[in-house]
Parts: sequence; C-alpha cells; structure tokens
Amino acid sequence: MKYVDEFRAPEKATAVLQEIKQLSQEIDRHLKIMEVCGGHTHAIFKYGIEELLPEQIELIHGPGCPVCIMPKGRLDDAIAIAQNPQVIFTTFGDTMRVPGSHTNLLQAKAQGADIRIVYSPLDSLQIAKENPTQEVVFFGLGFETTAPSTALTILQAAAENITNFSMFCNHVLVIPALRALLDQDDLMLNGFIGPGHVSMVIGTDPYEFISQQYDQPIVISGFAPLDILQSIWMLLKQIKENRCQVENQYSRLVAKTGNPIALKAMNQVFDVCETFAWRGLGEIPASGLKIRTEYAQFDAELKFSFPGFRVADHKACKCGEILKGMLKPWECKVFGTACTPETPIGACMVSSEGACAAYYKYGRLSKAEKSKFGNKG
Amino acid sequence: MSGFVTNNLENSAQLRTKGVVRDTHITLAHGSGGKAMGDLIEDIFVQHFDNPILAQLEDQATFDLTHLLQQGDRLAFTTDSYVVDPLFFPGSDIGELAINGTINDLAVSGAKPLYLTCSVILEEGLLVETLRRVVNSMQTAAKKAGVQIVTGDTKVVHRGAVDKLFINTTGIGIIPRGIHISSRNIQPGDRIIVNGELGDHGAAILIARGELALETNILSDCQPLHDLVRTILAVCPQVHAMRDATRGGLATVLNEFAIASAVGIRIEEQYIPVKEAVTGICEILGLDPLYLANEGKIVVVVPSESADLVLSTMRSHPTGKSSAIIGEVTDSPSGIVLLKTAFGTERILDMLAGEQLPRIC
Repeated sequence: MKYVDEFRAPEKATAVLQEIKQLSQEIDRHLKIMEVCGGHTHAIFKYGIEELLPEQIELIHGPGCPVCIMPKGRLDDAIAIAQNPQVIFTTFGDTMRVPGSHTNLLQAKAQGADIRIVYSPLDSLQIAKENPTQEVVFFGLGFETTAPSTALTILQAAAENITNFSMFCNHVLVIPALRALLDQDDLMLNGFIGPGHVSMVIGTDPYEFISQQYDQPIVISGFAPLDILQSIWMLLKQIKENRCQVENQYSRLVAKTGNPIALKAMNQVFDVCETFAWRGLGEIPASGLKIRTEYAQFDAELKFSFPGFRVADHKACKCGEILKGMLKPWECKVFGTACTPETPIGACMVSSEGACAAYYKYGRLSKAEKSKFGNKG
Repeated sequence: MSGFVTNNLENSAQLRTKGVVRDTHITLAHGSGGKAMGDLIEDIFVQHFDNPILAQLEDQATFDLTHLLQQGDRLAFTTDSYVVDPLFFPGSDIGELAINGTINDLAVSGAKPLYLTCSVILEEGLLVETLRRVVNSMQTAAKKAGVQIVTGDTKVVHRGAVDKLFINTTGIGIIPRGIHISSRNIQPGDRIIVNGELGDHGAAILIARGELALETNILSDCQPLHDLVRTILAVCPQVHAMRDATRGGLATVLNEFAIASAVGIRIEEQYIPVKEAVTGICEILGLDPLYLANEGKIVVVVPSESADLVLSTMRSHPTGKSSAIIGEVTDSPSGIVLLKTAFGTERILDMLAGEQLPRIC
C-alpha cells in the first residue's frame, strides 16, 4: 500500500505551490475555482489546502456529495420502506444520520426497522439469499461512481433469479448538475476541478461542453493533496494562456472514453429519469437514474408503497447559495448554531464531504484566534 | 445469589466430586442456579481463575485492608463491559480484552491493579468450548498482568437476547501516595506522548469481520499498560494526565483533555506513529486512524522538562518501543485540538459526531 504516500509528499507540493504562486501573480486577479466532488472537498479541508494557496484563489465547494444532495422527501420514502416489517433495508453507512422530515435511518433502526450497513450492493444480494422469506431492499445512491456496481448487482440478481431483492434507486448524474450550475446567471466561476472517480466511469469526453459551450476550463483530478494542487496549477495555466479545455490530471486512472464495461452495465439497467430534486439545488431535468422496465421486478418503488412527497428545504438554510459559491458556510445564519454535524439542517452539513460539515469539522476556528494561536506555537 | 458460587455449591462443594461440564452447548440450565450451573462454574471459572480469595467460595470476595493500605492511600475502582464482535480476532480475543481493558482503566490513574470481577452473560446455544477458550484467555491475561479474578457471576439468556457472549469486568487498584493524575491537570507547555502506532485494534476488528474481503497482517494491540505506567511514574511522578485511547481513538482522548483542562492542544501529523497497512485500510474505507480504537495505547501528558526522560523510559519498555512525542499543550484556543498536517497546514481535529464502527470492544 505504498502508493498512498507518493501523492502526499510535502516536498513535491512545495515545488507545485511555488509555480501556482508564480502563475497567480502573472494572472493578477481574483479566481473562483469549483471542486465539484465531495471527495475533493474533504481532502481540501483535511490537508488544509486552502491555507496553502495564494489569497486570490478561492475554492468553491460544489454539489458533488451524493449523500448531501438527497432530498428529505426521498429519505422519508427510504425510511417508510425500511419500516415495512417484511423488509431488510441495506445501505451504505453514511446515509444513516441523514435527516428526513422527522427522523433518520439510525432512529428508525432503533425503533425496530431491520436496517443493515453494507460496504457493497453485492453484500445485500448475499443477505437476500440468506433470508429468502424476507424482502431485501438496497438504498442505491451515488453518482456514476457507484451506479455501475448497483447495476451489476441487479444483473446478477436477474441471472440468479433472486426474487426477494430490489433497489430503491437514487442515483444521480454529474453532467446535468454541472450544466444546471453553469446555467445560473449569478455563477461567477473561472474553472472546475473535475471529479476523479466519476470520470473513471464516464471518461473525459462528456465534459467537453463545459469548455465548448460555457468557455470554462476543467481539469479532472485525483484525490491526494498533490493531485489537487497539480490540478489547480493546470487550471491556472489554462487561464493564463486563455485556453478552455478538458484536461486530465488523473490519467493514471481516468481514460478519455471511460470504462466501457461499467457504462454498458449502467445503460443496460438504468434509464435517465425526467427530473430529480436535489437538496439545495432544486429540480434538475434528466439528472437522476431509474431502473428500466426490463428490470422492474428489482425496483423497490414498484414493490412497496411509500409517501412520495416532496419536502421543501429548510427556509433558513443557505445550501443552494453555498453550493453555487455565492456564500461561504460561515455566512449562513444557522451554521454552527442550529445546524451542526449532530443536527444538520441543510445538505452541506449532512455528510463529511459536504462543504459546511468539512468547514465545521476542520476549520471553524476564526482566523483571528488561529493567528493568535500561531504566534504562540 | 448471584456469585459464581451458588448456595448449593457453597454447602456441598467439599462433599462431592468436582463438577464437570459434559454438554457441548450452553443451555438455559447452565444459568438456572442448579447443578448444571454449579458444574459450569466449577469446571470452567473456578478451575481457571484458581486463587485463594475465589477458593473461599463465598458470595463475595473479601480482602485484608491492612495489606492494601501498605501499597497506597487511595483505591481506584472501574468497570467496563465487553461486547466485541467477533469474539476472536487477529492478535487477541474478548477474554484478554476484558482483562486488559479494565487493567488499563485502573492503570491510567497510576493505580496498581489488584483484583478483578468477571461477570458473563451467555447466549443459549453458545459452544462450551468457546466459553472455555475465552475464560482460559482471561486467566492467561490475568496471570501475565499479576491480577486476580476474585468473584463473578454467570447468566444465560434465551438465544438472540445477547450475541454469543458478553463480559463485564470490574477492577480495584491501589494508587500510591503522591500520584495525582487527572485530565484536569494539564498545563500549557506540557508535552503529549503516545506509546506506539495507533489504530491497530480498530483496523484488526474491521478486517476480522470479513465483510471487506481484505487481507492484512494487522493484529490488535491489546496489551496491559500498568507496568509501562509504573515505569513512567518511577521517573516522572508528576505526570499531569494519562488516558488509554480506546473507543474514539487518539482524537477523542485529546479533545477530552483539551475540554477538561480548558487548554489548546497542538499535534503534528508527521510525528504520530501509524502503521502503513492501517493508513492503507483507512484510505480505502474513508476512515481516519486517529479515530480508530486502540486497546494497548496510552496518551501521556507530562511537563515539558520531563518529556525527553519519559520518552526514553517509555521506549525502553516492551510496550512502548515506538513511543513518540506528538505535540504540545497551549493556553489557547481553549478546548480545541489542532493538527498540523504534513503540508504544514493546520486543521481542527474534532470529536466524532457518531461512531466510526460499532462493537469494537
């Protein structure tokens, strides 16, 4: 497992940072760069990358955390399905504390629902085989990163003719979300750090519209601190040279055309749904996936009844503005007071990959306090 | 009537032949208070835990106070329940954990651990052989640490009412005169020392559950720490604070310290010992080794002038070979732990909102 540290070498980072400083001096204006993916947001906070950058580079933490953007209504539906006495509800661990309108999965489990944390959708299939008299429902969510593995699970369930397995599908797509963001008039961005894991599946081609139609540079990036720094440097270089291209910093894992096997499985099992309501961003057309009618027997939405209501985001919550980079987390009135990781109100505080949660967890100390501390240290 | 020693056993123990368990599985009869229970206690617990206090076969253990008073001026008293899943995991098992865990809770007060209780709740259907292994492991750990298990209790509950086997151990130790260790004693300028690589236990449990299809050679770090503590106090009786970093890991202990003493704590990532394999697993699973559980790691806070001496003393002890000074205490920001990353940046090292993993100890 030696590879881990290779992309964290501080001495290499110093060299890249030097070049970033040089370039931003030459560009000489304020730059807003959005990292789309929650994994990047988490890494940026964990390694304190913002602190290393020149002041004129501002990082905007985008909507790329699939747990955070799950709307309350869908959570209510998931909880309702899980509370069915016939159901064993399986989910990735990070959904357990995501708030619905009244409760969350952790509370529902304590109140008697059979909810089990799995690490892979295939584990759910195994649970289905071991519990033939019960219905096993997997809470499918995530971007194109996780969609192929749920697709493959459904294909395997079909091949093995497992009838007591289904999926509550909440997969979302990154490209429509980016397009919706770019269509906002008030968005003043200078470039994107593109998602690495999603791009392993979809490749770099689908991002071409960003450079061609919206004149924005984008660099697909890995997740180690050095990856992110190098991507920022590549973006600055594009900006300085007046280029708007799709570049690939994560070429050790991301191919131009993506992963054809994963894409094929996704297309075989899923269809694009008309619209999906993103927490914080609202309805975005063609931004979610649904199970194709050929695999309807594995669609939990057709097997179980649930409320199916759309529940509005909390009024005080400024997640939409934060996701678009118009506000910083600490500029939201409820940040750190009513809205904390223990009692999240909005999308950005829900998962550790959300901008507010990351900021709360790693950086809520005020600059003043910190510099005072720094002098003592 | 809840002692290992039931009334019927008390009255007749000397008159009949030694009890033997011939059943392969634990049944409700083994918790009934009757002969089956007496046999279980005698065959498994009394035989393994063999010591003069337990051998008195009373409902309670009794000790001579004069003897205790010679060793110090205060009692330390602690209790902990062990519910780890699985019962056996790389490097250790629930039995050894139940002994070392309670020993360590006593040890971090500076106390010399002396007597432990052992209370077990068994699930109907548990293999008797499993119980035997666990109890044997408890005795081995107790012997190694020089403590005695002097009283206990056995209950059997219906299948499903507990998962296989839960253990509670309560311990008593004696704190020597002049030792005053408390999480509220920490002063700005103090240094923070750990006795080795962090996160091994949490990672070992995670792998042992077999849900991840990962293979590693990580072993739980389960070990008693009282001798290390004794060695530290011998060279530095003025240790300010000490705590074993179990659930919630190093990060949680440091946050508890910062809050209790109203100080700031600043640690440096590059000095914190973590095994490469543990870092790798955390990377794959999105976990942080600083929050992973340990069962043989201690966080020691000492005045800066004693830090080097304590460090070298710890490094020369078998349970402290990889000890390291990882940071220092500052007067502000009060109640906050800051981590200096390998990149020279600083971030808050906060408490976890929930658990990273359930049932790890």
